Amino acid sequence: MIEVKSVVKQYGRKRVLDNVSLKIEKGKITSFIGPNGAGKSTLLSIISRLIGKDGGQVYLDGELVDGIDCNSFARKLSILRQSNHLNVRLTVRELVSFGRFPYSEGKLRAEDLDHIERALEYTQLKEEADKYLDELSGGQRQRAFIAMVIAQDTEYILLDEPLNNLDVKHSVEIMKILRRLVGELGKTVVIVMHDINFASCYSDYIVAFNKGQIVKEGNVEEIINKDVLEDVYDTNFVVQDIMNRRICFYY
Amino acid sequence: MKTKQRIYILSAALLILVLLYLLLGLNPFIWRYALSLRIPKTIALLLVASSIAFSSTVFQTLTNNRILTPSVLGLDSLYLFIQSLIVFLFGSSTLARLGENFNFILSVGLMVAFSLLLFQLLFKREERNIFFLLLVGLVMGTFFQSLSTFMQVLIDPNEFLVIQNRMFASFNNMNTEILWLALIISFLAVLFTLKDLKNLDILSLGRENAINLGVDYDFVVKKFLVLISILVSVSTALVGPITFLGLLVVNLARELLRTFRHKYLIVGAILIASIALTFGQLIAERLLNFSTPISIIINFIGGLYFIFLLLKESKI
Repeated sequence: MIEVKSVVKQYGRKRVLDNVSLKIEKGKITSFIGPNGAGKSTLLSIISRLIGKDGGQVYLDGELVDGIDCNSFARKLSILRQSNHLNVRLTVRELVSFGRFPYSEGKLRAEDLDHIERALEYTQLKEEADKYLDELSGGQRQRAFIAMVIAQDTEYILLDEPLNNLDVKHSVEIMKILRRLVGELGKTVVIVMHDINFASCYSDYIVAFNKGQIVKEGNVEEIINKDVLEDVYDTNFVVQDIMNRRICFYY
Repeated sequence: MKTKQRIYILSAALLILVLLYLLLGLNPFIWRYALSLRIPKTIALLLVASSIAFSSTVFQTLTNNRILTPSVLGLDSLYLFIQSLIVFLFGSSTLARLGENFNFILSVGLMVAFSLLLFQLLFKREERNIFFLLLVGLVMGTFFQSLSTFMQVLIDPNEFLVIQNRMFASFNNMNTEILWLALIISFLAVLFTLKDLKNLDILSLGRENAINLGVDYDFVVKKFLVLISILVSVSTALVGPITFLGLLVVNLARELLRTFRHKYLIVGAILIASIALTFGQLIAERLLNFSTPISIIINFIGGLYFIFLLLKESKI
């Protein structure tokens, strides 16, 4: 379980996270939703230690994250940010192999190779494995990065807007992969999402942010309703049940 | 594998060049004397080439940028500043009395302290941006350069000659007194980071990916910056600043080896730098009869290549 206790983050005078406390349960997909600048990505970065915090604590399985050494942390929790521009030219397989670094320290053993193959299979990238990343489409590239995270084989997987710039087909593919990760391998996935309907259809738990605070958290039924969403986004919403899913209209 | 083959070819080329440089024009009467001059010079050439190639490769990886060299951090300007300051305050006789070795240790120490300070000041702040570090380095570099020039204008012309001697890269009046000390220090410096070299491949993926993959980013970057400062001090103290050589060899190594793996890239860059310097020195000594300093040739070619790189990068 990830436990966030009264975390504060400020840039200058502006508080981007104001006393945020949250528990993220194991074996579920938890989505962070909310308008731009609500602090969702910032919280994700703080949990994964990419940036520092100005107050509060984060616990990973009861252990204070600041005290965990870098290597063990990388075996427990992985993060994928939205901008994945690389300065080096890599093939898919090379990229995925990097995911094994916390275990192999650069020298791949048979066990690592297994993990790499499995990750490629999981993301259906076997045929593209020896292509360079710049030869792939946006959706395939995003899947390659997810394959790297899968190869890293961490219990917790944090993703910052993994559906950014992807078309419907690729978005669905990626969400299905994530669902399988949770269902089959028992991973815990935390996603920052902008598409509310994707969040509604694929999450177990939703946390709604606004102005650096958590407005409301709960399962899909509790969050995806007119009152909560209008409060969070300050826009008019119509929420309907379609094929047992809650779908929002806000266009 | 192609990359490995190319490295073997480069090594063979270097071996031939070194042998040529050592043996060309020897005769039974002067061989002892000639070799006693040439061997230290060759070692110095190889040491300078290695430290420039190594530091530039690491620096480009840390900054994730292919057109930067450590001189952007203002380290070689700092070296000249320290030399100018000593001469300005105490006179060149003091510099001579202190001895080259002491002067060298003092300079290396100050340069490492400076880069650590720069790093510490910047990384305490939240937006730890390596480009901010570079910008400050650039400003500090210019600042040190102007201060040096200012002091150089004020001092006695004879004293100025002492500094000028150190200002221009020259392999003909190399500072071979400090050769052994430099060799030991750079060896220790590389030894000290040997364990972290495997992190370089990861660092080339950028800061966030590196942290995600379990690299203690701040610590490792700091360590490498210390290494870079030491290596830059070594090469600057031995032959003076050579701005473009690092840029040239790292990019040539990348083009030639076409790999992201640093164990090949670093070796390749070192080999290319050694070949360039040995070949250049061979030409400058035997063909041009010492008339043109090799640094002019290198900076000329390097400058052209730099412009080419800039044009190419802007296209993408």
